[in-house]
Amino acid sequence: MPDPYSLRVNGVDCEVADSDLAESLLFVLRERLGLTGTKNACTEGECSSCAVLIDGVLTCSCLVLAATAAGQEITTVEGLGDGRDELSVVQEAFVHEGAVQCGFCTPGLIVAVHDLLEANPEPSDGDVREALSGNLCRCTGYGRILAAVHSAAATKRSQP
Amino acid sequence: MTSGPVVTAEPVMTTAAANTAAAGSAGAAGADTIVDAGTRGVGADVGRPDGVPKVQGRFAFSSDLWADDFLWGHTLRSPHASANIRGIDIGPALATAGVHAVLLADDVPGCITYGLEHGDQPALANGQVRYVGEPVALVAADHPDVARRAAEAIVVDYEVTDPLIDAEAAPDAAPIHPDGNVIRELIIRHGDLDSSGEVTVEGIYEVGMQDQAFMGPESGLALPDEDGGVELFVSTQWLHVDREQVAACLGIDEEKVRITLAGVGGAFGAREDLSLQVHLCMLALHTGKPVKMVYSRDESFYGHVHRHPAKMWYRHHADRDGRLVKVEARIVLDGGAYASSSGAVIANASCFAAGPYKVPAAHIVGLAVRTNNPPCGAMRGFGAVQTCFAHESQMDKLAAALGMDPVELRLINALDSGDRLITGQVITGTFPVAEVIRQCAGAPVPDIPPSDDRRDLPGGSGRTTNAADTVRGTGFAVGFKNLMFSEGYDDYSSAACRVADGVATVTCACAEVGQGFVTLAQQIARTELGVDEVILAPAQTATIGSAGSSSASRQTWMSGGAVQAACRAVRVQILADVAADWGVSPDGLVLRDGLVVSLDGQQEALLAQITAGTGYEADVEYHHAPTEALDENGQGNAHVSFACAAHRVVADVDPDLGLVRIRDITTAQDVGRILNPTQAVGQIEGGTAQGVGLALMEEIVLDNGIVRNASFTDYVIPTTLDMPDVTIAAWVEEPEPNAPYGAKGIGEPPTISSSAAVAAAVRAATGLPLPRIPIRPADIALARNEVQQ
Amino acid sequence: MSDVVVARSLDEAREALAHQPDATVLAGGTDLMVEINRGLRRPRHVVGVAQVPELRRWHIADNRVVVGAGVTYTEMMTTALADAAPALAQAARTVGSPPIRNAGTLGGNLGTASPAGDTLPVLAALNAEIVVTGPDGERRMGLDDFVVGVKQTSLRPGELIVAAELDRPTGRQEFLKIGPRNAMVISMAGLALVADHDARTVRCALGAVAAGIPRAREAEAWVAEQIDWASGAGVDDGVADEFGQRVAAASSPIDDHRSTAAYRRHAVAVLATRALKRAFSSGEAGDA
Repeated sequence: MPDPYSLRVNGVDCEVADSDLAESLLFVLRERLGLTGTKNACTEGECSSCAVLIDGVLTCSCLVLAATAAGQEITTVEGLGDGRDELSVVQEAFVHEGAVQCGFCTPGLIVAVHDLLEANPEPSDGDVREALSGNLCRCTGYGRILAAVHSAAATKRSQP
Repeated sequence: MTSGPVVTAEPVMTTAAANTAAAGSAGAAGADTIVDAGTRGVGADVGRPDGVPKVQGRFAFSSDLWADDFLWGHTLRSPHASANIRGIDIGPALATAGVHAVLLADDVPGCITYGLEHGDQPALANGQVRYVGEPVALVAADHPDVARRAAEAIVVDYEVTDPLIDAEAAPDAAPIHPDGNVIRELIIRHGDLDSSGEVTVEGIYEVGMQDQAFMGPESGLALPDEDGGVELFVSTQWLHVDREQVAACLGIDEEKVRITLAGVGGAFGAREDLSLQVHLCMLALHTGKPVKMVYSRDESFYGHVHRHPAKMWYRHHADRDGRLVKVEARIVLDGGAYASSSGAVIANASCFAAGPYKVPAAHIVGLAVRTNNPPCGAMRGFGAVQTCFAHESQMDKLAAALGMDPVELRLINALDSGDRLITGQVITGTFPVAEVIRQCAGAPVPDIPPSDDRRDLPGGSGRTTNAADTVRGTGFAVGFKNLMFSEGYDDYSSAACRVADGVATVTCACAEVGQGFVTLAQQIARTELGVDEVILAPAQTATIGSAGSSSASRQTWMSGGAVQAACRAVRVQILADVAADWGVSPDGLVLRDGLVVSLDGQQEALLAQITAGTGYEADVEYHHAPTEALDENGQGNAHVSFACAAHRVVADVDPDLGLVRIRDITTAQDVGRILNPTQAVGQIEGGTAQGVGLALMEEIVLDNGIVRNASFTDYVIPTTLDMPDVTIAAWVEEPEPNAPYGAKGIGEPPTISSSAAVAAAVRAATGLPLPRIPIRPADIALARNEVQQ
Repeated sequence: MSDVVVARSLDEAREALAHQPDATVLAGGTDLMVEINRGLRRPRHVVGVAQVPELRRWHIADNRVVVGAGVTYTEMMTTALADAAPALAQAARTVGSPPIRNAGTLGGNLGTASPAGDTLPVLAALNAEIVVTGPDGERRMGLDDFVVGVKQTSLRPGELIVAAELDRPTGRQEFLKIGPRNAMVISMAGLALVADHDARTVRCALGAVAAGIPRAREAEAWVAEQIDWASGAGVDDGVADEFGQRVAAASSPIDDHRSTAAYRRHAVAVLATRALKRAFSSGEAGDA
């Protein structure tokens, strides 16, 4: 077995031992660290269900060799809310606007929308569509998701 | 159920597998997600009870489960569409470090085959493989890559034979299965078949093989029980039919197979057949350990049935005024290697082949055949999608031949309540086809100026197209199908309700697949019982009877009806006791705002007090009105109820490159009554998107039975830059007399007419016949080239 | 997989590769990890280069744009590099999705050497020189000498792609790409076209329509003669159409599950016609 390595996830250092070095960050998050919020829909970078932030950069965790992420700050959907009961503005908007159906694409979208609104607080409809064009959803047809993004953006702008 | 080794990410909602097993924090966590302060009943815009855990990543899907000391299962699949298996050497696989079991067909303890309509599909290939991807062997190992490597090490000696891949040749070809190559032939003869119209139009149409492409791949966890039984947590559409088939294959009593619904990442028909259920249970029982399986995306394309590809010949006859005289059609559906639900799919395709129109005479030949292509079965729209594309293409062709407005042609032929279908059945419920057409067609066409923003243009970010390179077209289509199961099937759902301490608990095995039944169930209980707090018990086979399938647009009616009836039965008990206590008639009492109140305003009591301690409960089975089988002429009262929808699509097309950007979709739908507006919008937008996908891009590409695009890289579904906003011009609310609250199922109609409307818009823009969907860029660009030359 | 080295400098990367010349170089992971996840590749040694600062830079030297192999698609689109190499930015914007563009790199696109690699026609049209380093020191070569077949390069064991050096012509650059939907697509046909007003040449290269990345040299030479370079007037429709046909002749497409040879040949002609018209139109420069 290779040497253990450590990943820093949502502000916590996590030891990864007895692993196969070929494992993706997605697999390690889900199967070794129990952080199953990050989803496994395609494992080829085509759906963004597994999106996380690595040093603040939106990344498909399925395409990251886990061992290479040692020393970087990884943020998953579990790390985005404000504690267990408090939802982020984006999460709140998704719930309120009916943007969730089966919910499998939802965590990746939540992470991607956090990233989008951080970079672009006033996105146009085209901006939102382009930013989320890699987040596949099969249930919603995107209508309520787009409504939630615009609603979250408006809420964030109205906050001091 | 067993107490527990199963742990999830976090116990959250009622549908998640382990939420009852991991009791510790489940109560608190569950409670704050399912209680809705303030009563919000049927018709209100209530949020999903699982919405919060889903946005937090705490909702446990079937791929999120684990148990102490569990193994990973893996399936070895056939690389050949047709072959005999001369021998299998599992020695090298078994010798792989970390491998705990390798199982073959001989290891299936009970019945080797299963199936929804016919038990014709082997759980593991039994001497023969009939499609690429057919499961041949199972491996359990302590790491998924070890399991995969071990499977690769299994040596299968195949004698490859020529596959049958042409559906039209199948009836006369050598049988590829003991049951023969014709799964079902259904002939509808209606009215005067010698009649003919002054105007006839004819066409041949084709629909490619669509995939449901749900986001959450097939997955589950099986745990062996001490009594020789097995506990299975899985994503499925129908728990009890899974149990029936799994128990038969395992050769054990159904009671020993305990299935709990794990979080489902979408379904759309693809989870109605078994995939890994038997395999997981075999591995768990054989190894004595929990076993988990999660299909990869490419495996998922082999692991479930698809929408049937169709070839359809049509001839429409009409008089000079545009009234339909006769419709003739021959429909061939490729069912692939095993029957799945092909028999019911061809019945729907045939019964609704003429569209929602008054058709005095019809001769329809429907044929579902067996080939060595991947098996096809249920997908949203279930046969009606394919024929809608054909009949709506024909209606446009007929309008052109008559020099008539296509919407007007549809309006004068629109079916209504009291009219007859081509199966002879008189429509007794509501069926406002004309109003749906008028609402959709009458909505103002949005003024969308040509844009130079790449994101609004065909080709999108590929920068292929300037606004000047595009032409715009508008298309219209209407379609319909049945709600619930048909042809005499005894279709029912079961539900239980308990009220104690003022809190209602509802138990139903309805599979929540994303559609929002969990929201509706709470709304119904609130409406019937006047309570705030409604807890949904987990959906599982051990605690309640079958709810039937989450398919056929049936659960709002069927499981909604069951929950309504259970709640009402409890209400009757409560009111009877209170009435006796107060010395009044129960007719003068109601449940409201957590109180029992007399209508005269004289007396009230807290429901929590009345139901303190013991509580009240009821358990019901809800059946819809019986239906009949179709006779030898395809005539009979085979269906319960019908729903229709219409779509109008505005598309910009780059004809030189064959690229399309849809700019607007407007729809109207026959909904009976809306029970939750936001969820209804979500169903309509999502269903429409799947129709857009079929029209423009979604197709499983086969090459001699081999799927060439089993990935999300090459099986493409619409993105945010492919789907425009959907404008809902109206939902036409004419309550259905026998349906609970008058509500019709709304999941399927949006998928039926949307494909046809997109195709019509592209035709209008290009002037090309485009008889096939999906419309590929070459179908436009090269056809246009030929026309020009 | 027995070891993973995460190089933090170019020297570390070189050293790791010298130590394990058969190691697989991992950059953004957008191609390699797909194959690892599917069990199609099981490399024993991996050298990660995504965190090598020297590879993540770009600069202009001697009027050439030097783009480090570790520069991501997002960086190509959003930094001043987009002004220095507009077609590279246009191509980058068509790659995958935002998270893919955050991870995928120019070096990765080169190393994978797929005919559908979106930046490759741009590199060909900008006369790119590929710079590699390895046990034998630094080597430089044109794209034709680097990409030697479908997913085949002339990289030697232990070598690492360092950078691509590109022309910086005075003239419009255009990249166009066709896929089966309006975002997040693998190319069915792609084309880069560069107008060089100083050299009075037009350069055009094709993606996904041949085993390599062909330049349409005959068409380039022909059209250079048709253009009124002195006046800067636009090209007329007849010239643009004929240019399209001549460019298509440089393609040698195949039928596969993504499209047909006939469509690809047709589409390349349309793309070339449009690209030429845009490059010599009087309007604003095309957006990315």
